[in-house]
Amino acid sequence: MAGKVNIIGLESTAYRGAKTTLCAGCGHNSITERIIDSFFELGIQPDQVIKLSGIGCSSKSPAYFLNQSHGFNSVHGRMPSLATGAVVANRKMIAIGISGDGDTGAIGIGQFVHLMRRNLPIVYIIEDNGCYGLTKGQFSPTADLGSTLKSGVINDLPPIDTCALAVELGASFVARSFSGDPKQLKAILKAAISHRGTSMIDVLSPCVTFNDHEGSTKSYAYVKDHDEPLSEVGFVPYFEDISVEYDPGTTTQVTLHNGSKIVLTKMAEDYYPTDRIRAMQMMHETALRGEYATGILYIEPDKQNFVDVLGIVDEPLAFLADAKVRPGKGALDEIMESFR
Amino acid sequence: MSVTAPSEHEVGVRETAERIVNDFAIQVATVNGSGSQTANLVLLRSIFQMGVPVSGKNMFPSNIAGLPTWYTVRASSKGYIARKKENDFLVAMNPETAKEDVMTLSPGAAVVYDEPLKLSELRGDLIFYPVPFDKLIAPVTHDAKLRRLVRNMIYDGVLSRLLSIDMGQMEKALRKQLGKKQKAMDLNMNALKAGFEYADQNLPKRDPFVVEPMEGKTDGMILIEGNSAAAIGCMMAGVTFVAWYPITPSSSLCEALIDYLKKYRKDPETGKATYAVIQAEDEIAALGMVVGAGWMGARAMTSTAGPGLSLMAEFAGLGYYAEVPAVIFDVQRAGPSTGLPTRTGQQDILSAAVLSHGDTKHPLLLPASVGECYQFAQDAFDLSERLQTPVFVMTDLDLGMNTWMSKPFEYPTAPFDRGKRLDEATLKQLGEFGRYRDVDGDGIPYRTVPGDGGPAFFTRGSGHNEKALYSERADDYTNNLDRLTRKFDTARMLVPKPEIDMAGGGGVGIIAYGTSHWALIETRDQLKAERKLTTSYFRLRGYPFSKELFDFIDAHDRVYVVDQNRDGQMWSLIKLECNPQQVAKLRSIKHYYGLPIDGRSLTTELLKQEDRTREDR
Repeated sequence: MAGKVNIIGLESTAYRGAKTTLCAGCGHNSITERIIDSFFELGIQPDQVIKLSGIGCSSKSPAYFLNQSHGFNSVHGRMPSLATGAVVANRKMIAIGISGDGDTGAIGIGQFVHLMRRNLPIVYIIEDNGCYGLTKGQFSPTADLGSTLKSGVINDLPPIDTCALAVELGASFVARSFSGDPKQLKAILKAAISHRGTSMIDVLSPCVTFNDHEGSTKSYAYVKDHDEPLSEVGFVPYFEDISVEYDPGTTTQVTLHNGSKIVLTKMAEDYYPTDRIRAMQMMHETALRGEYATGILYIEPDKQNFVDVLGIVDEPLAFLADAKVRPGKGALDEIMESFR
Repeated sequence: MSVTAPSEHEVGVRETAERIVNDFAIQVATVNGSGSQTANLVLLRSIFQMGVPVSGKNMFPSNIAGLPTWYTVRASSKGYIARKKENDFLVAMNPETAKEDVMTLSPGAAVVYDEPLKLSELRGDLIFYPVPFDKLIAPVTHDAKLRRLVRNMIYDGVLSRLLSIDMGQMEKALRKQLGKKQKAMDLNMNALKAGFEYADQNLPKRDPFVVEPMEGKTDGMILIEGNSAAAIGCMMAGVTFVAWYPITPSSSLCEALIDYLKKYRKDPETGKATYAVIQAEDEIAALGMVVGAGWMGARAMTSTAGPGLSLMAEFAGLGYYAEVPAVIFDVQRAGPSTGLPTRTGQQDILSAAVLSHGDTKHPLLLPASVGECYQFAQDAFDLSERLQTPVFVMTDLDLGMNTWMSKPFEYPTAPFDRGKRLDEATLKQLGEFGRYRDVDGDGIPYRTVPGDGGPAFFTRGSGHNEKALYSERADDYTNNLDRLTRKFDTARMLVPKPEIDMAGGGGVGIIAYGTSHWALIETRDQLKAERKLTTSYFRLRGYPFSKELFDFIDAHDRVYVVDQNRDGQMWSLIKLECNPQQVAKLRSIKHYYGLPIDGRSLTTELLKQEDRTREDR
């Protein structure tokens, strides 16, 4: 029996990857499922996508979705530079980068900073569990002050808030979500994929093996209790009509470059996702209360992205014909003349 | 173990009556930031325009203003363009170094100096020409800032008179330097004339050095720096992606490239760029971007020097193991660590050859001339795509930043080699795609790139099998490493071929690479003329080594390997692949005090080792 097909006639199996090798119950696997759903529902050609990652449990996951897309599992903390080269070399591709809290917050913080600053068109996901899973549970830089390891060791440094950092640095789409909230995560992912610019999503994704105990602030139980959704995130792709009228008093609509719409129905009082200063203030206040504000924290849909800044041709640089990239003999003659 | 000594000089009082025509070195000692570059290039160019072979070498501090800098112009009727060990004519403009500059000259040398420095009292065996620079510049302009900038043109005028350098050529060279800036032209010309007239009226010629016009040696030639030559090569190679991080002495390569790309690589219809240049946050990111772009199928490059090379190590290993094309220029400088950033050396040979952890190896291209900077830049892109691996072009500060004579570069006629790309016909023939399968027996697999419509695969730096699937199996791992060895063996036949001269019969052979070549030409002439020793010469132009190298060693009794580093890095790299008989024949000549290697030091050192051989018998 044929399964349900999307607008380009593909079944969801076309978006699946290899079988996961992560632990049963790992938050990352839920994120993988939502990524598969999102690309399927958006009807994106898998061969128009590239998947990139660094090193760590999170960075293994691109092998588990979109088998028909090229993937590159690179070196620890350096996926941003790899992505920058790849996206600039072929501006037609949709790039999704998967990182972890150690891969981004520690070894890769320098490259993360510059990726955000460039507003490179990419969906950048941090699968955030506050610890290094693959090396057996050491703290990462997103671990909260006072949270404990399984062994009882207490974290004595404050966390890096990757979302606040991303907004500060210039990312044009910044969100936080929870692997245990599939509805919100999928809506955010679909919006992020449709945005042209850096879409930075920090997804709290509990590590069931090393960081799901009492005393952890990244456990399923803790995140569930402290999740403060700022709004209900709705996403209407460009190929569907908005059928419901929304109250402009409580709802913010954001139109993306391809005509898709994000519909944000306010739940928190001080939620202004298109106002950078107020978004920053809200994030700091929520963090001070020990809560996780989730949803789309900040969005600037029309911000110029890095590929546009470069002023390059529309055709992918990687596929330019020889004649377009080797100047004629006249050019060399002119240059030689200047050295005579 | 031996080195080329920095401090010795040849002693011997010259007969002043003898005329020395077109065979001497002029050294100009100034303070950096004083605008002496224009005066120095005009001096170089005007001699060149008279048909005399020249070379210009700048020895500058790692500083923006206020520290000593020396510029040496060598004129050589025989066409020697390596550094000359001895300076024959000093222009002493820097009070800080004037005394030491004078004290290190050989007897009979001439000195033009700023009169208040009172240098003539220091030695009785030199010829001194005092020039009152401040007095001469006063009538040229009232603007103090401009005075400082054009003051140096006065010594060009003095030298024009003393050395018989045609003033017309000086004017032409100055115009070349300044372009259409008429006001600057007038000002500089006035300073130039003031120097000439002062020398004409006050400084009777007492030294033997003369420039005379020559025919047939510089006709049609260009003067260019290696970094510019490499940049032109990259553009002609169709580079589409550049990522770089500023570092001396490589910055001017990417900066020149940016200028050329802006001018010649805009789409004629849309005006948009057919390239991207990104100034990265560091060299790790620079190579990361290049690997990302190369993986997508772009012709991608970066340029760096020692410290940047160290930072690139991890990505270089990824490029090797994941088999991604990348071109890396290493304009070598003197290390270790920060070392001497503005001095030259060949100090990164070993680290580049095996850059990164694990069993990693990289092809190296070893240009000796600006012409080869241009050519090897193009070869590097072809090779990196053919071999699907990072390729390093190992130039150095001497080649990259100094001014060299060259025949004009030829327009490339061969199409680009984009390597083994999987197309539909090949896929049909192969039946099934295996990204890392050795279909042709040369170790080079077929590849697809994202967006080309071919089958996708998962690229990783972790263990993988022929189908690019994750694997920790022992057989998958060793099969893959052994295939990479086969690929490296294929590279032996693809890197630039050596230039071999077997003139020495079976006696003494010399292996050299890069800029040592220019000193070696002179050394071989000196050995022949002074000791009747005819040598064979193997000019190495690429790594991995080809069979010819080992044949050359076999064919000679003693083989000297010339390195511009302390540890004899190429000598070591060669020894790794030699049998015990070959190892026993190899000797090492090392030059490593930061200045370009010169023929005389090389000759002295080689003879010292030859004499020791004779004594041992």
